[in-house]
Amino acid sequence: MMTETINLGKALNHGLRRALENDPKVVIMGEDVGKLGGVFRITDGLQKDFGEDRVIDTPLAEAGIIGTAVGLAIRGYRPVCEIQFDGFVFPAYNQIVSQVAKMHYRSKGNVRLPIVIRIPFGGGIGAVEHHSESPEAYFAHTPGLKVVTCANPADAYSMIQQAITSDDPIVFFEPKRRYWEKGAVDLDAPLSGAFPLHAARVARPGSAATLLAYGPMVKVALDAAAAAAEDGRELEVIDLRSLSPVDYPTIFESVKRTGRAVVVHEAPGNLGLGAELAARITEECFYSLEAPVLRVTGYDIPYPAARAEEEYLPDLDRVLDAVDRAFGW
Amino acid sequence: MAKGERDKAGNDVPAGGFVQLLTPDGERIDSATTADGSIYTVDFSDEEYRELYRDLVTVRRLDAEAVALQRQGELGIWASLLGQEAAQVGSGRALRPQDMAFPTYREHGVLYCRGIDPIMPFGLFRGVDQGGWDPNEFRFNTYTIVIGSQTLHATGYAMGVTMDGKTGGTDGEAVIAYFGDGATSQGEVNESFVWSGVFNAPIVFFCQNNQYAISEPLERQTRVPLYQRAGGYGFPGIRVDGNDVLATYAVTRAALDNARTGQGPTLIEAYTYRMGAHTSSDDPTRYRISSEVESWKAKDPIKRLKAFLTKQQLAGDDFFGEVDETAGALALDLRERVLAMPDPQPVAMFDHVYPNGSPEVAAQRNAFARYQASFEGSGH
Ligand SMILES: Cc1ncc(C[n+]2csc(CCOP(=O)(O)OP(=O)(O)O)c2C)c(N)n1
Repeated sequence: MMTETINLGKALNHGLRRALENDPKVVIMGEDVGKLGGVFRITDGLQKDFGEDRVIDTPLAEAGIIGTAVGLAIRGYRPVCEIQFDGFVFPAYNQIVSQVAKMHYRSKGNVRLPIVIRIPFGGGIGAVEHHSESPEAYFAHTPGLKVVTCANPADAYSMIQQAITSDDPIVFFEPKRRYWEKGAVDLDAPLSGAFPLHAARVARPGSAATLLAYGPMVKVALDAAAAAAEDGRELEVIDLRSLSPVDYPTIFESVKRTGRAVVVHEAPGNLGLGAELAARITEECFYSLEAPVLRVTGYDIPYPAARAEEEYLPDLDRVLDAVDRAFGW
Repeated sequence: MAKGERDKAGNDVPAGGFVQLLTPDGERIDSATTADGSIYTVDFSDEEYRELYRDLVTVRRLDAEAVALQRQGELGIWASLLGQEAAQVGSGRALRPQDMAFPTYREHGVLYCRGIDPIMPFGLFRGVDQGGWDPNEFRFNTYTIVIGSQTLHATGYAMGVTMDGKTGGTDGEAVIAYFGDGATSQGEVNESFVWSGVFNAPIVFFCQNNQYAISEPLERQTRVPLYQRAGGYGFPGIRVDGNDVLATYAVTRAALDNARTGQGPTLIEAYTYRMGAHTSSDDPTRYRISSEVESWKAKDPIKRLKAFLTKQQLAGDDFFGEVDETAGALALDLRERVLAMPDPQPVAMFDHVYPNGSPEVAAQRNAFARYQASFEGSGH
């Protein structure tokens, strides 16, 4: 077993490399993904080893990246597209929601588009406008797409490979501020042994309340749970992993046991994933709930200037405050 | 935009001219040479001329049947190709079996040339499905309604052809993308030009400039003739008389051959006219004058091929009558089959959302089925 301690970005790089090795039809495409290795270096070294036909530096055109990926997929390829930053996916939005999401349906299953759209998302890196957004709800709202995100290196490594081998079109959100966080990854682990891509993960077991988080917020939730434990409250933390579909059975089981749920995400709260989770938990766990499902989210404003982002982003204190409120009911 | 010119016979032609091999009066022009020295011609047998005529008439007849079905409430909407038969049949017949086409929602004539059962698009327009044929089987992609999107799909597909090593000899593969004049304003079409140029993709962009995008005239899309745009992307552009089936065939065949032998993209502007409404929901009397329509009637693609066949004594009334009759019978058969198209099973709307399925969709499907079953036998 070749377990290594590597950061999340490197885990993705290894996962992409393995996907390129395993299937000659896998191609990586995007702006700067070749020589530069991507602005976050996630594709570092891949073009050198696999060639310019497998790791394609594209023109600077997001609709073009996704639209040509559709054609390549019809041709039998498995494109893995990199969108450089969250806020730049919108020029490609039409292709993603109108074409990528619908062609299988439209063609009665005759056309499969095994496309992965990788998007570094979220804030916390002190960036300028359009570089810190959380647009996942737009995609999770679109039938025909699957939307996932990873929160640690081990998941990053297996999830990116699972996404690439899946025939479903998948929007793969990468928590960019966690790219540099390290964890143990078994680089030899067979993909067949991995959990199903849509399965949530109990990141920390607990009995007092359930914290639901995904991507960059999993760490915040875990930190909050560690702090709460010092005060004698054992919080269960669930890492959703898949945002569409959501692994509801795992969530319902937990909330029915704990009686309280707090959802944490960076995206604005209005009509965000937390709203959907709250509604679904209320429908399914009503008689088990000791308090309403609470949300800790970004505010309903455009992502603010970097020097204000610490106030915008949910942090440990805001999460603990919500937990307190859940106990105050 | 510069005003048009007149040819020797006094017919209007666009400023700068176009490739023409058959005049509106049915006179055959041997060959056409463009500014870059390319020579275009066709060398058809008598039988091939006659079969092209049959195609044009059949495609027009099927389209007319669809318009009638729409008026009778049997189709939700129909996008007619009336007037564009030569552009579609000429380009469609120039395709080889291995070529792949990416249509809009109006390419019924190309679809017919691909040997696809003409009933295929009726599912979409009648509302019983979203289209749903197999693009790989027919080498003709599903219809695309969002303007311009398919040009990128075609470009990506063409890149795949190159990556598969399927360009080179005459048995190489080529790709054709169809779109209208309005589509040329879309960013995605421009992106497809950029990409195709940069990757030297084996693709032909076939723009049917039918002068209108719903009500918006060509002047609202461009200040320069559309074919001239190609130069800015680094590949040739050529304008062809879109009502001349011989010229559209010749130009498309040459462009496809260039693509398949590795010489990259071409933009073809087929200069034509939409004789009918944009779709059955449109009212063209609000934005165009009847004299314009009349002047284009004089350039009718079928009329001119018929005049040619007659003058050359390649066909007579017997043949023309038989073609009409055969096309009529096909149309009638189509009508009957369209009327017999079953409505979809409501529960089938949950099918094919994801190749690998989804627990959410599966749960909703089951709940829907239970809900439906609850009405059974209750008189609803
Ligand atoms: C992106 C987009 N915007 C608007 C429409 C509505 N629409 C349908 S057809 C059409 C005009 C298209 O004109 P053109 O590209 O010239 O093709 P034509 O229908 O004339 O063949 C418009 C505006 C659409 N389908 N897609």
